Amino acid sequence: MFIEQLVNGLTLGSIYALFALGYTMVYGILLMINFAHSEIFMVGAYIGFLVLFSMPVFAPQFFLLYFLLCFVLSMLGAGLLAVIIEKIAYKPLRHACRLSPLISAIGVSIFLQNLIMIAVGAQSKTYPEKLPIMQFHLFGVQISSLQIFIFGLSILIMIILTIFISKTKMGKAMRAVAENHVVAQLMGINVNTIIALVFLIGGGLGGIAGVLNGLYYGSIKYNMGFLPGIKAFTAAVLGGIGNIKGAMAGGFILGIVETLAAGYISSENKDIIAFVILILVLLFKPAGIFGEEVTEKI
Amino acid sequence: MKQIIGIMILLLLIVLPFIGYNCGNYYAIHVAGLVGIYCILCVGLNITVGYTGLLDLGFMAFCAIGAYTAALLSIKGIPFWITLPISLFLGGFIRYLLGAPVLRLRGDYLAIVTLAFGEIVRLIANNFDWLTNGPRGLPRVGEKIMEIQLFSLVFKNDLQFYYLILFFLIGTIIISYRLEHSRIGRALVAIREDELAAGLSGINVPQIKSIAFVLSGMFGALAGAIYVHWIGFISPEMFTFWESVLLVSMLVIGGMGNIGGAILGVVLLVGIPEILRPVLGTKFVDYRMLIFGMIMIVVIIFRPEGMLKSKRRALELHAKE
Repeated sequence: MFIEQLVNGLTLGSIYALFALGYTMVYGILLMINFAHSEIFMVGAYIGFLVLFSMPVFAPQFFLLYFLLCFVLSMLGAGLLAVIIEKIAYKPLRHACRLSPLISAIGVSIFLQNLIMIAVGAQSKTYPEKLPIMQFHLFGVQISSLQIFIFGLSILIMIILTIFISKTKMGKAMRAVAENHVVAQLMGINVNTIIALVFLIGGGLGGIAGVLNGLYYGSIKYNMGFLPGIKAFTAAVLGGIGNIKGAMAGGFILGIVETLAAGYISSENKDIIAFVILILVLLFKPAGIFGEEVTEKI
Repeated sequence: MKQIIGIMILLLLIVLPFIGYNCGNYYAIHVAGLVGIYCILCVGLNITVGYTGLLDLGFMAFCAIGAYTAALLSIKGIPFWITLPISLFLGGFIRYLLGAPVLRLRGDYLAIVTLAFGEIVRLIANNFDWLTNGPRGLPRVGEKIMEIQLFSLVFKNDLQFYYLILFFLIGTIIISYRLEHSRIGRALVAIREDELAAGLSGINVPQIKSIAFVLSGMFGALAGAIYVHWIGFISPEMFTFWESVLLVSMLVIGGMGNIGGAILGVVLLVGIPEILRPVLGTKFVDYRMLIFGMIMIVVIIFRPEGMLKSKRRALELHAKE
């Protein structure tokens, strides 16, 4: 029982971790909460849905191709959407007072949610079950191939991202911009390009998280992003917002805590527990578990 | 001159609905009542968001606390004039307890904490069946929320409730106006502009913030308590996060930090769409939020002070240009 919950928690946690990366990367570079990120997650899930839905029944030999296409397209679509949102709604507010981008992001969130609701309807859609799911029994614990797939893919993506940020020139530029916009610009880095890149990557990861969420729970809806969005944000804060490794760890921690809470305390009140964690972390450890204590710049 | 216009508007607000109701415009009076309730909420929220500059994304939680307190007590047979102070006290007290640790957080973190608190209150209302009857709402079958009685007058129809709401709204506006131009109001603005400088000028920042935060929550509870007596039913669905966001967008679009702006926001986002609803059909309702979202982005980028600007705030927002 306990190990089974742990496996479920890790699966859920990997979705949260991918999702949280988008929040944390944007916060790291712009110091703003990208409230519309939960809608990017939702749009990613819908793009994946469209691709899988349009897959012809008679083409099982192209299954892998479609599956790859599903992830690539939802990643690109969600990433581009994030970049467009940044250009339209956040960029003009870069020097405005601190709450303006957050309000603008809420506007974007309302807009996108209702746009999708009008476009595809308010009912939830069943995610196409194209992936053959096998059940394994390992040491008496039931694990599905889908869980292994979600966990494996997330770990792979996180490894690639970590290498990208720590080893490549682009990654170095990203870290430099996060450190200080003006100095980075003086060093010949195009800050706007880097910010767009951050939104592209963060949005893309959010999109993949959306597809995985759809595959895992089997249904999607226009307002599906809100709750996981808050939880992913919690994960990002838990790991120290702005800290990429922290977001990954925070995602896994939150996923495990949530499943254990649902299993042992009350499945009905698991959301309340997640929100309480969010408030407690923000109050007592706003720098997160791995974040460094930074005194606020004035 | 200003006073004459004010009295004229007040007279119109008193006389017009009376004529309208007797001509059979029941729906319009209902919408007017609804606008009034939202005005109390928005003018209340304005104290936190507009004057003090703290973004609150969970304001409906206090409306819910007020409404559920009033409903639960009223079902037991306690009259409105006793439940109302209890609702106000409880709303204010819970807001005080929330504010004590939370108010020292930075702007965007505070917004997220209030969001989380708002959701917790809604989830409690939804999950704690024994207290709130869960998603089915109050009153339970066979129970009834008491009518409001003032001497021999029993409030029953929409017109009577309209006058009741108008009375409380005017009270809300007067308190809010007096607050804005008081020592506390100026302290709030100072805190909004620069918390550190305000503290150094001898303002007791945590205390002043707390006063504004609590007062604001009490107006939320007031609106909730009246609303539940008027409609005679509540469910957790009425207090979702998106309702709180709608309140904030009314302030943003109408003009933060300005009572007139708050009211304009309510008229634009609640009054006009509700009046247009029977004309444009249900399809329009779907597009409503879409348009609000867009307007919100446009306003915050091009006119951050909102449509009706508060003189002080506009100065602040344009000072850097």
